[in-house]
Amino acid sequence: MFGLDSKDTKLLIVVALLVILAPFILNPFPTDSALAQFNAGYPDLMQRFVIFGIFAIGFNILFGLTGYLSFGHAAFLGVGSYAAVWMFKLLSYNVIPAIALSVIVAALFSVLIGYISLRRSGIYFSILTLAFAQMSFALAYSVLSNPKFNLTNGETGLQVYPGDPQVLHHEGLPDVPHLFGIAMRDNFWEPVFGGWSFTFNNGYYLCAVLLIAVFYLSIRIFRSPFGMMLRAVKSNQQRMNYTGLNARPYTLAAFVISGMYAGLAGGLLAAMDPLAGAERMQWTASGEVVLMTILGGAGTLIGPVLGAGFIKYFENIFSKINDNVLHQWFSFMPDGMEDFMVFVLHPFIGKGWHLTLGLLFMLVVIFLPGGLVEGGQRIAALFRGGRKKRGGAEDGEHHPKPSPHVAE
Amino acid sequence: MSKSNFTRRGVLRTGAVAGAGVALPTIFTSRASAFTNEPTGSTVKVGFNVPQTGPYADEGMDELRAQELAVQHINGEGDGGMLNTFSSKALDGTGILGKKLEFVTGDTQTKSDAARASAKSMIEKDGVLMINGGSSSGVAVAVQGLCQEAGIVFMAGLTHSNDTTGKDRKANGFRHFFNAYMSAAALAPVLAKAYGKDRRAYHLTADYTWGWTQQESVQAATEAMGWETVNNVLTPLASTDFSSYIAPVLNSGADVLVLNHYGGNMVNSLTQAVQFGLRDKQVNGKNFEIVVPLYSELMAEGAGESVRGVYGSMNWNWQLTDAGTQALVKSFGEKYGRPPSGSAQTCYVQTLLYADAVARAGSFNPCAVVEALEGFEFDGMGNGPTLYRAEDHQCFKDVLVMKGKETPTNQFDLLELVEITPRNQVEYPPNHPMFGGDEASLGSCNDGA
Amino acid sequence: MDAFLLQILNGLDKGSAYALIALGLTLIFGTLGVVNFAHGALFMIGAFCAVTVQRILSLSYLTEDPTQKDFLGRPLQVATPYVESWFGTDIGSAIISWSVPLAILFTIPIMLAFGYAMERGLIKYFYKRPHADQILVTFGLAIVLQEIIKLFFGANPIQTPEPDALRGSLDIGILLGLDANAIIYPIWRLVYFFFSVAIIGGIFAFLQFTTFGMVVRAGMADRETVGLLGINIDRRFTIMFGIAAAVAGLAGVMYAPINSPNYHMGMDFLVLSFVVVVVGGMGSLPGAVLAGFLLGILESFASTTWATTTIPGINQIVIYLVAIIILLTRPRGLMGRKGVMED
Repeated sequence: MFGLDSKDTKLLIVVALLVILAPFILNPFPTDSALAQFNAGYPDLMQRFVIFGIFAIGFNILFGLTGYLSFGHAAFLGVGSYAAVWMFKLLSYNVIPAIALSVIVAALFSVLIGYISLRRSGIYFSILTLAFAQMSFALAYSVLSNPKFNLTNGETGLQVYPGDPQVLHHEGLPDVPHLFGIAMRDNFWEPVFGGWSFTFNNGYYLCAVLLIAVFYLSIRIFRSPFGMMLRAVKSNQQRMNYTGLNARPYTLAAFVISGMYAGLAGGLLAAMDPLAGAERMQWTASGEVVLMTILGGAGTLIGPVLGAGFIKYFENIFSKINDNVLHQWFSFMPDGMEDFMVFVLHPFIGKGWHLTLGLLFMLVVIFLPGGLVEGGQRIAALFRGGRKKRGGAEDGEHHPKPSPHVAE
Repeated sequence: MSKSNFTRRGVLRTGAVAGAGVALPTIFTSRASAFTNEPTGSTVKVGFNVPQTGPYADEGMDELRAQELAVQHINGEGDGGMLNTFSSKALDGTGILGKKLEFVTGDTQTKSDAARASAKSMIEKDGVLMINGGSSSGVAVAVQGLCQEAGIVFMAGLTHSNDTTGKDRKANGFRHFFNAYMSAAALAPVLAKAYGKDRRAYHLTADYTWGWTQQESVQAATEAMGWETVNNVLTPLASTDFSSYIAPVLNSGADVLVLNHYGGNMVNSLTQAVQFGLRDKQVNGKNFEIVVPLYSELMAEGAGESVRGVYGSMNWNWQLTDAGTQALVKSFGEKYGRPPSGSAQTCYVQTLLYADAVARAGSFNPCAVVEALEGFEFDGMGNGPTLYRAEDHQCFKDVLVMKGKETPTNQFDLLELVEITPRNQVEYPPNHPMFGGDEASLGSCNDGA
Repeated sequence: MDAFLLQILNGLDKGSAYALIALGLTLIFGTLGVVNFAHGALFMIGAFCAVTVQRILSLSYLTEDPTQKDFLGRPLQVATPYVESWFGTDIGSAIISWSVPLAILFTIPIMLAFGYAMERGLIKYFYKRPHADQILVTFGLAIVLQEIIKLFFGANPIQTPEPDALRGSLDIGILLGLDANAIIYPIWRLVYFFFSVAIIGGIFAFLQFTTFGMVVRAGMADRETVGLLGINIDRRFTIMFGIAAAVAGLAGVMYAPINSPNYHMGMDFLVLSFVVVVVGGMGSLPGAVLAGFLLGILESFASTTWATTTIPGINQIVIYLVAIIILLTRPRGLMGRKGVMED
């Protein structure tokens, strides 16, 4: 189907179903139960799962296939967001031109940065991208927000003000980002079944459709001759050069494609919430997408999406567990025991979520170099036992082998 | 930014404010509430959005403590704190309108993106009616805009930039904390008295919005007193070493250094300026002086001995002697073993003010609450009689001028109160040019219906 | 002229911090071939060694003073440090005031042990793994370390002053025959500069003139051959990791009075020091030192009013701009060797 083999079709259908049914899947606990704390099926977080999934899929096209480790990808997400908000300010709140422009601007920006950075490889490439991203962040945060030439609105973040032109805006259209009148932040269905309640959000489904589309695109890229070429860059660029092929056009194309994915993610972020802050471009944000990709499994198709979901879940759900919540959970225990449990868990929850994330991340890198996908495969292999003796499961062939990465 | 006076959007706004909800395919909606997150059960939730990770985590921790205390007092636990001294008696210690007050917490990370994400999760998932807290102006403006769109009330925490209630003011947003203009207006006369009217100032300014507004305010206020401004140098936010900025100061002919820095920036720049020996020098025949326009207890603690003798301003300090302050210091101090910080007091007071406004309005509808808060005059919460101005939702109250104490007797005794500048000296018209001028408008209240 | 000198001075002391961190990074990279993203965290831990020593020395007992009141109106608990009651007030307070230099003695063994443990317990398992994995695991470690520090010391910067005797500033301008106040420089920063020059010199001398250093250099050039000669090169490399950690720690201890330690100071320095290492050339020790001082001085010049008015924002980006230019014109950095960190 769609030019995919049956295995890939299955994967695409599974992903599509997961994404479409996410509002149900992510809200497994009744609203009034103590476990509702762990529900993630509210619009903002679902949007983030999907948007950062797109970001990570794009990053994976560069890193997973070519092995070039970019430490500045957040810059493309940032310019994408800025472009989208500028579209809202000048044209109208319609998300189509905004998202289109954000992809275009990110593409141009990544051609520029990619052309220069790709002249080097290994850690030199990483540092070059990092340098560009840090420069963009520093300029966006301060200099480019000066009153005379306010491109980014600095610390506060770029947003739409009532005085902005918005030439295509007219009466009857919502005063928030919308798709031909359908407001992104509104929910079109809020069913309640017994104790469970679910939210179906317009914006989420726009992001979801785009995620499925770009996921399909990434499968096609992975399976295409172009994708083969990129993997050749990763495994041995020198040999490739000797055969008379110039690797740079291929890597540049991969760089720009992944930059466009990042721009799309940035545009969607702005479309869901019309404010673009400079922190989106900081190197820690670039580091985050690296974490997502590795955590999920670099070079696999589904890994980056899983990684993105995992980190965003931590950031938004885990960080909100405070001592009060802990006391409620353990209130069935005797007082001393309860206090002890809270005391033990205290450093890891709420404000300590960074610590837990850091530890988990280390464990994954040490014991599961293939990320969560490898973990899943190992578990699956355990269940399958000796029934099938296949080297790896679904994605085995793209599994990052301990072969030299480009950063070597 | 386009500065045209064409207010077509303004017309639209008043015409079709509810726009947000109008255009969606309503056949699907099953929502029946009159406003965002209308409470139905026996409890009502508010959200405390403070930095729990990142450099301001300790500041956020203190805000959180104060907010928890306020919730207890509203629900009738503990000694009641400022409820006993608050001039309005609408709250009776049984929660709000018969519902118990509950809270959820979120982490702003002092980043506007993260703050909005955590605020959205509180609104969408936890169903909060009000969000309180924060410790930077960027975050405050970002979350304030979000609350306006979502239709809930926002009470800003520590935010000192003029913009929060200036060009970025919003109908659903309120600020108890003072701002850069008020700091400057309170400080300038004290500085002129202490250091004379013939002074030349050199500004080091954090290179982002808050730094700029504070620098602008301080420069205007000190120049009105007769001071001269020699130079204003912008320093990158990420700086940790200010030596290249401090070193040229002595040779510039300036005799006062104004540090428009906050947080880690302020701790480092002040410490390093003192290390450069600036305060031991004589320039133009006068002692060289350093001024830090915005003080906070935690910053003073971080800078240690360097703050001695350095002037700055504060919104509130636990050393005030009025009954409200003493009540808060007592209940906070007994519970947590330390006096509340200035931003903690702001967060505490705002929680009480919100609850009181709901009680007086008799409704949780954000627009009713906004109406109850607008133009509200109250007393008994420290700082004397206070007004929540209707035009820009800024609180007006006395401003404190502080000075680093020369011989502190204990770890909390770092700053001393020099002067309480009365409210009428720090007031300004709502359309002041530093606050967005005539163009700035609150818009209209949004209840999300 | 004096402004010029002033910025050179500023650049030297900023540069000495960069150089020390970059030197440690390069030692680890050059010997073990590991890209250590936790190096900034080691610097931060060094600074917190100073805080810890200061805390230990000022451990106090409380006595109630009924004449004074605390903030709740209760009698004030007056804290008297034990060292003051043991050695008398004068000697005791002098000991406390010298806590940063004293912390050096405490930091060296701690950091050596820490580096040793880190190499044996974690890094060892990553020699055969791709560089990306090394970067990631050490990055994770850096997050964990800084969160642990935050758990114990909080997020607020902690004041760790220099000794009273070394406080204040020198008027170097007068020494050079210029006007008074033309070049004022804090004594502690000069101490820091000479301290780092001594450490850098010490490391180079150690590698150059001792047998141990000779073997290590040989191992850096060709690890396999040295191994075949029957020398246990791994053990020596482990020790070098400990030494590199100690260098980072020492840089941190002495930096504490300049930059009040906070838990994320390591991350603040990490990105910069990587830029320094790459500009210097991966694996080149003199390159790291040279690039450290060079970038420090450039940063200082970019911060002058003249520079920022000519090109607004130049002070924010100069380091990165220089890194880009150097990497594009000199592919392996200033003094890099061929074949390091490339495919």
